[in-house]
Amino acid sequence: MLVTIRDLFRYSPAFRYGSIILVVVFILAALSFFSPYAAEARRVVPRNAPPSWEHWFGTTSQGQDVFWMLTYAVRNTLIVAGLAVIIGRGIGVMIGMISGYLGGRWDRFLSGLVDSFIVIPRLPLLILIAAMLRGQMTLVALGLMIGLLDWAIPSKRYRSQVLSLREREFTNTAVFSGMRAPKVVVREHLPFLIPFLLADVVSGFLFAIGLEVTLSVLGLGDMNAQSLGTMIYWGNYYQSLLANRVWVLAAPIAASVFIVVGFYLSSVGLTAYLDPRTRLARLQAKG
Amino acid sequence: MTLFKEYIFPRLIQWVIVIFIGVSLTFLIPRMSPINPIDQAMGRLTAFQTLSPEATLALRQSLMDLYGLDGSLFSQYVNFWGRVLRGDLGPSFSAFPTTVTEMIGSAIWWTIGLLGLSTVIAWTLGLVLGALAGYFPDRWWSKVLENTLVSIYPIPYYIVAFILLMLFTYYLPIFPLVGGSRGAPGFSWSYLSSLVYYGFLPALSLVIGATAFRFIMSKALAGTERTSDYVRFAEIAALPKRKIVFRYVIRNTMLPQVTDLALSLAAIFEGALITEVVFGYPGLGYLLLNAINASDYNMIMGITLLSIVGIATASLLIDLCYPLIDPRVRYR
Repeated sequence: MLVTIRDLFRYSPAFRYGSIILVVVFILAALSFFSPYAAEARRVVPRNAPPSWEHWFGTTSQGQDVFWMLTYAVRNTLIVAGLAVIIGRGIGVMIGMISGYLGGRWDRFLSGLVDSFIVIPRLPLLILIAAMLRGQMTLVALGLMIGLLDWAIPSKRYRSQVLSLREREFTNTAVFSGMRAPKVVVREHLPFLIPFLLADVVSGFLFAIGLEVTLSVLGLGDMNAQSLGTMIYWGNYYQSLLANRVWVLAAPIAASVFIVVGFYLSSVGLTAYLDPRTRLARLQAKG
Repeated sequence: MTLFKEYIFPRLIQWVIVIFIGVSLTFLIPRMSPINPIDQAMGRLTAFQTLSPEATLALRQSLMDLYGLDGSLFSQYVNFWGRVLRGDLGPSFSAFPTTVTEMIGSAIWWTIGLLGLSTVIAWTLGLVLGALAGYFPDRWWSKVLENTLVSIYPIPYYIVAFILLMLFTYYLPIFPLVGGSRGAPGFSWSYLSSLVYYGFLPALSLVIGATAFRFIMSKALAGTERTSDYVRFAEIAALPKRKIVFRYVIRNTMLPQVTDLALSLAAIFEGALITEVVFGYPGLGYLLLNAINASDYNMIMGITLLSIVGIATASLLIDLCYPLIDPRVRYR
């Protein structure tokens, strides 16, 4: 694992820059624990101040320091996305492995379900749920919901992986030596899926961050908590563009671009590493 | 006949399943909510305006059907389907006597226009540029194009929209901040030009991201086509390069792109909703934002239903067009 990451860091520029950006992002999120102001504190600094040495990213019309707000926002957005990724990939891996391993009628039923679920647009459903829960939404609930809606495409990917694994020699060996199906899947097949899971987790983060920001920009997230989306929402709400206070919007927008680009670059590096064709080329280069 | 049995029929079945699941979910979600939307909506409505008793009753009845606490869960479900099939989703809460169907009907054309046009532009642009860059991977312009589009690609729609909004309405105020058109609708030059003027930035923000995505896919596909035998033969036969790219390579890379268009419709639609919110463009997204702000559940439900049915139908249509383009499906 560590060797892989070191190699990736050394040979893949995309992964290198991506992970450097991500480290900066995580440091930013960790800084929120040292913030001099509480997350909800308002009127603690002079209002509407442009960026300066004292307030790096300026202050809002509510008397909040944009830099420290941003640290909370990045942390909360990452928490929401992390939760969504864990739930979504959990369901996806399970369904994909079951339908790939059992095959036959089960596979047809589950694949049909998954295919239908892919076509259903997720944002309108999410908006409906969030609108019904308006005012009672918490960050955890948001992460949960995004996760429950984002398992179909990954599960399809895992299914095809397990389908090919099932035909391998070691599966037969395991079955003939009396291993039961759940154990075969978990003990023998799951380890092969882990690299794919890694790349998938990164793209899951991208998707979940996008949805979190989208919902919050619509005013449907947990509007009292700081997140990248709510920062944009309140910035719009207090008309920072019309009132010449660009910095209020610029900080969360720049931060989301950074996070998204960071995750994307590392996923490019990972996928290139996982691609069997380039892997073959690398092996030949070594030997 | 085999075409129908093996290709068209499964897709029709899938379309029915999608719509069934979608409508059932929109039926179930409000019922699992801890808030009673009817009481909330009635309270909100009667607080703002006085209604005649009949109107109140009619409203309550339509709310009962839609969120319904009337009868058993199954009969509620049947009622709900009846309303969906008749296209009668009751009145909007925020603009009371106007029905949801009417309001959606007037907003949807803005969305379809914006979405349709920008999708077609982005799809064509991405396909052609990608094929050119894939066929000539060593030219300087192909490298510049690739690096630019690959770094634009991961930036989400709404961020592109915000950046464009800040650049072109704030720093360089050459485009309008909100709206969809100016003047009275009609076939006059001033109205049509204002449509383009107001729609330019929203469309641009959609086109940028979608082109980048299409470009990356198309370049990868054209890169593999380039090494295939027919291209080598065409090159040996000294066909003009332009002809090889446009007549052969692009036609072959088009096939997977058509399938992918059907799959990515939902994503495009979701992107358009947010773009409309950012630019204050008077389509479904903007309607949805207002409905959310006014807690207009009827309207939110209507838009949710419509988008599920609309996207499922649109991807069905694209799938059904596929045999027209791909001879392998036709002759199977």
